[in-house]
Amino acid sequence: VNKQYSFPTQGGETRPSRCPDNSAFKQQKLPAWKPQLTIATVLPSFFLTGAFCLAVGVCLILVSACLFLSQIDYSDKCSDCSKLRENSSNWNKECYCSVNFTLKEDILGDVFMYYGLQNFYQNHRRYVISRSDAQLLGRNVNRSYCAPFTTYRNGTPMAPCGAIANSMFNDTIDLFYNLNSSAIQVPVLKTGNSWWTDKNVKFRNPKSYNLSSAFAGTARPPYWHKPVYLLDEEDERNNGYVNEDLIIWMRVSAFATFRNLYRRVKRIRQFADGLPAGNYTFRISYNFPVTKFKGRKHVILSTVVWSGGSNPFLGIAYVVSGTAATLTGFVITAIHLKLRKKKTYFQK
Amino acid sequence: MFSVFTHNCISLHKVRCTNLRVRGRHFPSLAGKTYHKGIEKSTYNRTRYSTPLPGRESKTRVVRSNLLLPEAEVEKSRRTVLASNRLKTTKYTALSFLPKNLFEQFHRLANVYFVFIALLNFVPAVNAFQPELALAPVLFILAVTAIKDLWEDYSRYRSDKEINHMECLVYSRNEKKYISRYWKEVKVGDFVQLRCNEIIPADILLLSSSDPDGLCHIETANLDGETNLKQRQVVRRFLELVKFDPLKFTSVIECEKPNNDLSRFRGYIVHKSGKKDGLFKENLLLRGCTIRNTEEVAGIVIYAGHETKALLNNNGPRYKRSKLERQMNADVLWCVLILLIMCLFSAIGHGLWVWQYGEKKKPIFDVPGPDGKYLSPVLASVYLFLTVIIVFQVMIPISLYVSIEIVKICQVYFIHQDKDLYDEETDSQLQCRALNITEDLGQVQFIFSDKTGTLTENKMVFRRCTVSGIEYSHDDNGELMIFLLEKVNECAKHLEVMRSHEQPLSHLSPELCDIFDFFIALTICNTVVVTAPNQPRHKVATSKSMHRFGLSVLSSTSTDSTLLKLEEKLAYSAQMNNNGYSSQQDRTAVRSGPGEGELRYEAESPDEAALVYAARAYNCSLVGRLSDQVSVELPHLGTLSFEVLHTLGFDSVRKRMSVVVRHPLTDEINVYTKGADSVIMDLLLPCSSDDPWGKHQKKIQSKTQNYLNLYAVDGLRTLCIAKRVLSKEEYACWLKSHLEAESSIENREEQLFQSALRIEKNLHLLGATGIEDRLQDGVPETIANLRKAGLQIWVLTGDKQETAVNIAYACKLLDHDEEIITLNAESPETCAVLLEQCLQCVESKFSNNSTDEATGNMTVGFTPLYPPSSPVLSSLGLVIDGRTLAYALEPTLEDKFLALAKRCRSVLCCRSTPLQKSMVVKLVRDKLKAMTLAIGDGANDVSMIQVADVGVGISGQEGMQAVMASDFAIPRFRHLEKLLLVHGHWCYSRLANMVLYFFYKNAMFVALLFWYQFYCGFSGSSMVDQWYLIFFNLLFSSLPQLITGVLDKDVPADMLIAVPQLYKSGQNMEEYQPHMFWMNMIDAMYQSVVCFFIPYFTYYDSEVDIFSWGTPITTIALFTIILHLAIETKTWTFLHWSSCIFSILLFFFVALVYNASCPVCHPPSNPYWTMERLMGDPMFYFTCIISPVVALLPRFLYRTLQGTLFPTQLQLGRQLSKLPPEIRTQLLTKLNVKEAMRQTQPFADSFSPSLGSNASDCCKAYNQSTPLPTSPQTSESLFQGHTKAEHTTDQTVTASPQGVVLYGENKRPSSASSLERSVGFHEVRHGTSEMESLPVGATFPWSSAVDQADFSLLKWITSTPLFSRIGTVLHVSSSSLQNETQDSMCVLGSSLHVDFKGLKEQSSNNLQDKIKGTPADHCKSDNSETTFL
Repeated sequence: VNKQYSFPTQGGETRPSRCPDNSAFKQQKLPAWKPQLTIATVLPSFFLTGAFCLAVGVCLILVSACLFLSQIDYSDKCSDCSKLRENSSNWNKECYCSVNFTLKEDILGDVFMYYGLQNFYQNHRRYVISRSDAQLLGRNVNRSYCAPFTTYRNGTPMAPCGAIANSMFNDTIDLFYNLNSSAIQVPVLKTGNSWWTDKNVKFRNPKSYNLSSAFAGTARPPYWHKPVYLLDEEDERNNGYVNEDLIIWMRVSAFATFRNLYRRVKRIRQFADGLPAGNYTFRISYNFPVTKFKGRKHVILSTVVWSGGSNPFLGIAYVVSGTAATLTGFVITAIHLKLRKKKTYFQK
Repeated sequence: MFSVFTHNCISLHKVRCTNLRVRGRHFPSLAGKTYHKGIEKSTYNRTRYSTPLPGRESKTRVVRSNLLLPEAEVEKSRRTVLASNRLKTTKYTALSFLPKNLFEQFHRLANVYFVFIALLNFVPAVNAFQPELALAPVLFILAVTAIKDLWEDYSRYRSDKEINHMECLVYSRNEKKYISRYWKEVKVGDFVQLRCNEIIPADILLLSSSDPDGLCHIETANLDGETNLKQRQVVRRFLELVKFDPLKFTSVIECEKPNNDLSRFRGYIVHKSGKKDGLFKENLLLRGCTIRNTEEVAGIVIYAGHETKALLNNNGPRYKRSKLERQMNADVLWCVLILLIMCLFSAIGHGLWVWQYGEKKKPIFDVPGPDGKYLSPVLASVYLFLTVIIVFQVMIPISLYVSIEIVKICQVYFIHQDKDLYDEETDSQLQCRALNITEDLGQVQFIFSDKTGTLTENKMVFRRCTVSGIEYSHDDNGELMIFLLEKVNECAKHLEVMRSHEQPLSHLSPELCDIFDFFIALTICNTVVVTAPNQPRHKVATSKSMHRFGLSVLSSTSTDSTLLKLEEKLAYSAQMNNNGYSSQQDRTAVRSGPGEGELRYEAESPDEAALVYAARAYNCSLVGRLSDQVSVELPHLGTLSFEVLHTLGFDSVRKRMSVVVRHPLTDEINVYTKGADSVIMDLLLPCSSDDPWGKHQKKIQSKTQNYLNLYAVDGLRTLCIAKRVLSKEEYACWLKSHLEAESSIENREEQLFQSALRIEKNLHLLGATGIEDRLQDGVPETIANLRKAGLQIWVLTGDKQETAVNIAYACKLLDHDEEIITLNAESPETCAVLLEQCLQCVESKFSNNSTDEATGNMTVGFTPLYPPSSPVLSSLGLVIDGRTLAYALEPTLEDKFLALAKRCRSVLCCRSTPLQKSMVVKLVRDKLKAMTLAIGDGANDVSMIQVADVGVGISGQEGMQAVMASDFAIPRFRHLEKLLLVHGHWCYSRLANMVLYFFYKNAMFVALLFWYQFYCGFSGSSMVDQWYLIFFNLLFSSLPQLITGVLDKDVPADMLIAVPQLYKSGQNMEEYQPHMFWMNMIDAMYQSVVCFFIPYFTYYDSEVDIFSWGTPITTIALFTIILHLAIETKTWTFLHWSSCIFSILLFFFVALVYNASCPVCHPPSNPYWTMERLMGDPMFYFTCIISPVVALLPRFLYRTLQGTLFPTQLQLGRQLSKLPPEIRTQLLTKLNVKEAMRQTQPFADSFSPSLGSNASDCCKAYNQSTPLPTSPQTSESLFQGHTKAEHTTDQTVTASPQGVVLYGENKRPSSASSLERSVGFHEVRHGTSEMESLPVGATFPWSSAVDQADFSLLKWITSTPLFSRIGTVLHVSSSSLQNETQDSMCVLGSSLHVDFKGLKEQSSNNLQDKIKGTPADHCKSDNSETTFL
């Protein structure tokens, strides 16, 4: 605004020319790569992309072919139990059911045991935020997103608080190998299943001389059967907040259908190479009700491959898109060849 | 004719137009270039100010000397009423900054929206993010803007401070002398003394001056950039004081309240004695001007500080919104709609999801509210609606506006830096004064250009003159006519002899007498100020030396003249040598400026200077000017001093100026008048054709008129010089009334005007001059290129028709092979009829033509570069004069006018006023919804510049008014080419692409979140961490698009210039069309589907957690978005590369740091160690590679196929630029030839059937008359045509005939044609004058050839002997057609009467008027005429 009113300097001293600099930047003449998107120039990229995708896809498919996966839905097979669980007043009653299955061949390598849930919206917005990371780190928290699972009416805080913890999956699944009509419990590992950072950084028990005193003055979440310091009575380092079942459950899943790592087969004795072929039984202590939300529960046995995938989709995607790119490449080559005879105006 | 129009205009807009006469460059202005003409706009809307009367205190300001009042009262009065001189342009103070700035920022709706969303986060029921975090971006945006505002305000503060602390001399009561004070301490009523070259600190009433005549010269460059000096006068009564003493100043000044009208100041000063003196603008020194040429002045402060006229005129930049931005805003609204639909969908989905579980069976993952109660489905969906608005807010891009502003600032920077837009001659470069409409430059469809100073140099060169009917022309180099020079010398010699022998002057031959008077008039009839070159800004020290000769001359009028003659003789002998020498020197340079050691002339208009310099070249030089005396140096005679009795200044209504002088040789009172030929010719002494003298005079007049027409045809600016000798009695009589007028306080201007009219009559014609205004460099090429670029160029000029038409030919605006429709109507009815006819004819031709065009294309062959797009009939020009324009702009006719005009390739409006200029622009802008650009250099273009979408000022000769009003200021017209074709195109294309990309980017990102809602129960959950979500736009993906928006070049500059047609892409909005928004949206949807579902299926039924899955998605989105930009980027400099790489690295860096920062810091999300873990996972890489590839493959393929199969012009241009130079030039020439063929061929086709083979240079005269009952005014005016000479004042009378002329000269080499044309014209002119008494009454029948295809309806082919003499091919049609047409078009009369009897020339100076004279038979209601060129 004020420019208009600025006064010129008096006297006629020669002021420098106002001619702008002749630099490449200011004259917008920086050296530049000017790609032309025409068939002739992009043809190689289609073929290269296609070849690359096909190669990767084939590799991924080959790799995932090595993957063993066995999924057993036990929500129907344990209908008695599920009926029992529909009534929350029966929470105290134990209910077991068994599911048999047969492995036709040996599963070699590390075998992982998952539980899977369907239609369980762990990614619900209010569910996702209903937790207190600070509490799980052993700190005392006043304000958190846990409401309404923060305290009981009498003011006793819940430990751990929040809807995620409250709804923790609490079926126990044991795997038995039926060898010659005797059932051998397959040895499994409870620990080492979660992220190292979770176990060692994100989750900590409150500091005290023992766990029960650490959690003194708190109460278990309403849906739980036992307080948090009794989650794993056998292993002190897997108890309280650092219990791996809890840790894994607290890592909320991205989808409503998901699975969480439950146990790993401990490779000792006859299971040193994996699971041998034969008949197996899952013995499940059925605590987790799913009928309310039409959920289903699975137990899954699986191996892993280096690529980390649990399904062959990615490989297929690569193959399909690789094929598409290559085909497109051929099509536009045809177009290009046809056009070259006609010669467009500029391409002399 | 023009004056006639002006008056009509007044009658139409009574209130507005009173100020129209302020100024305008409607003709070679004589003294009209006063610097205030540019503010017409502001004055239009104000009703006339009534002179303040005592007692109406509220309307006036009373100023008394501060020295008289007690100190306390001064303080009081200052504090209460009057503004101090302190300048304060800052908007904020330290305290008010925050609230005020925030308040201003919240005027922008987007800011309110974002703050609303951020605040929504604080509501627990609906919050989506950590509330503090959600505030971050909006605070960031607000802070950036606030800092920018603060910086601007601070620089204003600093410059204010600098100005406030300038020093000036103020009279101090205590010390009884002028002491130095700061400007800010100056108060109203203070006495201020100013020295030469000082800047005036406030509006000051001039009370004393060191100049003996009480004059003060000021330079107004700071106000308007004009560097010529203006005179200011000491208030009359104080002139007599020997020494001005502030302490004795007891008068009271009463004047108008502060206002912004620079051209007016009224008031009066009441002296102690009770006497009153009027105060006028000549008495006021305006703040900001500089004192020049005057040692010392003093005055009293009338207005101070913000009440000064300069500051009241300073009303900041306007806010313009570009077309693209308007379109963008519409699409932002679409985005809002999409957002609402998505939110609504989610809300309903969530309601259903909640509902399906029923009341009793609440699932365990459906978390109840904090009170432990579950929400009802309806309430849940309402809350969710608000939540998802927060989650999806990115859809409305928060950084869009900020990014656009940044990009525009950078674009402006680069335009500034272009050295092609720098003019070495004036050392000026382009200035962007509006920062936010750069992209409008790329979409201009109509250019409205001023002529003088814009297309031409506005450097006047004296080219030709005619004295008493004899023409003296100069050759191209402006060399002197030796012949004329000799005549001048001879004349002077004669005079000298006569004087020495004391013979009366009448012995001189009338011709020589005329020559002498002619040059005297050129020399003294002006307001030129003489300065010496060695001290440019000081008045030449002639006043003293002049008095040696001059004073005696002055006195000689009253005393005996013999004394004078004696002294003159003495002086003469001394001067003799010099004269002989200098005339030799001068011989070479008429047009060039002053040589070394010569006097310099400071004129208010370049025309004036040109005339004075020309006169000097003929040895008749102006050597000094005082307020009452001019000194002229002549060969042999020495210095003659003319006593200037009066100067009747120029105004645009009278269009002339006069000086009343006492001739030193004859002691006669002479009036020298100089003015537009149209007015002067009407003011000549009527001469009877009986006596030989009268006959001779008449002959001279008609010859002069011929030459004037010739000059006009050559594009020269013409002036007539006339003289009147007043008898003592006449003078005394006039003087009495004039003095009355001068001393009147009320209506002074009006009375002076009337007084001038009383003396400027019965003139004796001396001669005429033709001044050339050269075309600027490169104008024809620029116009040709701009036109190839699809721009329609209209020239709106105040010049007369012939001059304008010829300049138009010269600058290739009109082409010799195109037809020209000329509209000259006299009444609204005729105008309506004319428009109707032209339109019909053009329509028929057009429909005919369009088919031709199609077939024509077939034969030429389809050139992919230039698809036939323009519906504009490429070879039709329209010429319309101001008066007709006024009718055409009436609401009833404007549509027709527009329909006609838009069919024409170029439109030329002559004699148009500033108001009309702006009306035309406005009409086109509003009715055609077209993007308009107005370019001009003078104050008379200001209104047009302000009205147009893009206003461009030429920072040239005529001051800064236009530049001040403009959005862009360029040094030369030719720079427009690069500005529009290159920068305009780039800015538009860059911004359009960026905006589209912005929409795409946000939509694509938000859609990812939307798809997720289907898998999370529509709960408003987002898999992308809130930090990424909020900063994605601001941080990770903003830099590449900014770089592309600033630096991308779709076609290189040289191609854009070489193939101007590429500009059409901007005009047709090809880069950003409505469907492109939707295409981009669809593409965004597709890409988001790919980017969502590939990871979804990859991780389906796995143990992946929400953020471990969301982070790859974010990464994929980032890759996709950047690669998308990469596909769209056309040039890759290292900046592009680095910005893309930087963005990706920044994302990973931020993600890694953030994910490693701390496990509890960012509730509710906690992505601790996610990125680190993902980067060790091969799946992550596999997903991140395949998804962008699949997402972008279709777009890549589409771009490839489209670029190969159906390339746009731009793509072809790009391809062309990659070819080796030889091939490129070869192709380009080929293209241009084809283009030219394409344009001309169809036209030629349509021509030939009606015109026949050799009809090419057929001059078609078109005649029409109106059978409508002639309006009283019209008939009256026709009668009055006879008595025209008598009423020179009446502006309402319109006596010029109306008509349309269509002159088409088809397919002739243009150089030959112009030559031939002018030759032919000569013949006609001579013929006409010889045939004066030949009665030519001929009926011109319609030539309407029966076939509808031609234009015959409009072509009146004449068959007079006159026309056949110049070898015109004529069509004689059967006279029966005449009746037929009368029937069919009942509006047309038919008979044409051509009469060359020398009726008094009409006020119109139209060429055709002159040729055919006035219809003899005007008692019939038919107004008919022939027009011819």
